[in-house]
Amino acid sequence: MSIIKVEKLSKKYILSHQQRESYTTLRDVISEKVKAVGRMVLHPLTVHHSPLTNSSQEEFWALKDVSFEINQGDRVGIIGRNGAGKSTLLKILSRITEPTSGKIGINGRVASLLEVGTGFHPELTGRENIFLNGAILGMGRVEIKRKFDEIVTFAEVERFLDTSVKHYSSGMYVRLAFAVAAHLEPDILIVDEVLAVGDALFQKKCLGKMEDVGRDGTTVLFVSHNMASIRALCEKGFLLDGGEIAFNGNISEAIETYLSKIRFCPDCIPVALRERGSRYSLRARIVDIEIESRDEPLNLDTVDSTQSFSVILTIESYSDTKSGIYLAIRDQIQVLNWFDSGHLHREIFSLKKGLSKIECNINPTYLTSGSYSMDCGLTIPNQEWIDFVPSALSFTVNGLDPYGSGFDLSQTFARYHVHHEWKRI
Amino acid sequence: MKNEEYQLVIEAGRSELHYWRDLWHFRELFWFLSWRDILVRYKQTTIGIAWSVLRPLLTMVIFTIIFGKLAKLPADGVPYPIMVFAAMLPWQFFANSLSECSNSLVANSNILTKVYFPRLIVPTSAVIVNLVDFLISFAILTVLMAWYRFIPDWRMLTLPIFLGLAFLTSFGFGLWFAALNVKYRDFRYVVPFIVQFGLYVSPVGFSSSVIPERWRLLYALNPMVGVIDGFRWAILGGNAQLYWPGFWLSAGFTILIFLSAVRYFRNTERAFADII
Repeated sequence: MSIIKVEKLSKKYILSHQQRESYTTLRDVISEKVKAVGRMVLHPLTVHHSPLTNSSQEEFWALKDVSFEINQGDRVGIIGRNGAGKSTLLKILSRITEPTSGKIGINGRVASLLEVGTGFHPELTGRENIFLNGAILGMGRVEIKRKFDEIVTFAEVERFLDTSVKHYSSGMYVRLAFAVAAHLEPDILIVDEVLAVGDALFQKKCLGKMEDVGRDGTTVLFVSHNMASIRALCEKGFLLDGGEIAFNGNISEAIETYLSKIRFCPDCIPVALRERGSRYSLRARIVDIEIESRDEPLNLDTVDSTQSFSVILTIESYSDTKSGIYLAIRDQIQVLNWFDSGHLHREIFSLKKGLSKIECNINPTYLTSGSYSMDCGLTIPNQEWIDFVPSALSFTVNGLDPYGSGFDLSQTFARYHVHHEWKRI
Repeated sequence: MKNEEYQLVIEAGRSELHYWRDLWHFRELFWFLSWRDILVRYKQTTIGIAWSVLRPLLTMVIFTIIFGKLAKLPADGVPYPIMVFAAMLPWQFFANSLSECSNSLVANSNILTKVYFPRLIVPTSAVIVNLVDFLISFAILTVLMAWYRFIPDWRMLTLPIFLGLAFLTSFGFGLWFAALNVKYRDFRYVVPFIVQFGLYVSPVGFSSSVIPERWRLLYALNPMVGVIDGFRWAILGGNAQLYWPGFWLSAGFTILIFLSAVRYFRNTERAFADII
């Protein structure tokens, strides 16, 4: 049976918009105020707005009919744009605020980390704050005492235990706060973007701890904007968009759906017409980019990454000049492959005035399913950038099965593949 | 979805069932929040906890000089400092509890919006902090009684009842104001005014025997009259008379306020995190 079941959950907020006050008499104002006080005492929960101030009310649905189920031991990532309703969903699951309609069933103890250092008081020492924070999060005094040493070791603040937390560096603060929360041992752990603060070492430590916790069978709900950490930690995921669930399933697919939604389409504009930044000398410009495989143009929507391909750049030069060529293959998060003829091959091409075509032959990239784009540019290493067009071209890979075994590498966490073989020796 | 299948069901308007069970589960939090407030008070001070003793002591000294020696208000046959102290004890408890309790929810908004626990714990711990102060002041009273060689009689044993009444009074009003303050911040200004005003209206600096007979019942509508008179009666023994009809009126009114406060608080609690 599922450990969390959400059925048609909705949450409404009322936004008020002030409008200019119209001309009113003092008598009207006083009588209105008296009526308002009477109303407020009798019906404290409903919102009343005075006809005098002409403020209008707007209904804002932060969540609309959200339904999903989570099983015990699942590690679920929740992604979405800012304002999609992720934090509201977590707040309702944590019982901090009530839903407007809908129902949630939960089987197990819930611990929520919606903020790092909840309840920390700057005047108290580290030791005192561990107890305070632990108690606020739901641990008993005996439990905190038992785990005290573990918490301190995890946070690495032994020396500073008896100094006021207001003197801590932000790194120490955040480590201590997370250390307390990490030792909660709940059945369901809900984490909301707390990893955004803290240095790389801290994030690594936190993720490691969350993985341990997940391996012990705790159900984890993780909200983050860091796609890499979500992908590393979770197998399932769902995408919230405008208060509704836009996708519910495998985490890689959820991330792809999210990224494809927010991706803008620079490659919809032909390279020749793209605007260039002012830092480039633009003695020559790239006017076209094409991909071919075996002398035939490729269908960019279903690229087979087990095949080698060629990238052909058409360059227009305004005078006789020389330049190296730059290419990069990237996804939304980072550059995956970097090709620069000048740096890597010491190849600088002379370009006569007018049009030239340069071709780059690339071995199979073995990229897994996803949307990718190519940046291109003209550059002389360590001297100048003549031209640069980011995301000049986009292509999509659908499935990667290099050995024809029927197994699609895209369902694993691997981003790309290197050809290999097995044999007995 | 059958409700019985799930341990916890979250639904609009449905927080009743788990609340009292949760209060028990979170019982240690009462203590922790009070402990935090007391610790923070005296952090980085040099004389620290000695302030808890100095403040009531100095107030008593000043009251004795001004009202006792200079104004020469009657003292019903007991040493003036003890008569003042017997009334000051519940009044300080009430005044401080009311002030801190009313503001407790807003002051703790950072944890209210980020963690779940029964919200009733926050105003309660504000009152508990003042209970600690009360006990310290009470210790001073015993020292004072030893100094004046004043021996209280059996009525002293009834003191816990009046303390309970004082608790209900301050908690009842405090809860009302705390819940109202979340939405209407006006109450931040109302409460200090009530406290100041109340100090003169309540029989702290004088005895309620000063009030003419025909007004005494009306006067007892001030719930602190019952509490302070009760304290005086218990501590000063036979030297103070307790006006019983007034006392029962005060007590009844207090209980009414307390019960309605809890009900109002529970009704509005679920929206706190959204409004605060």
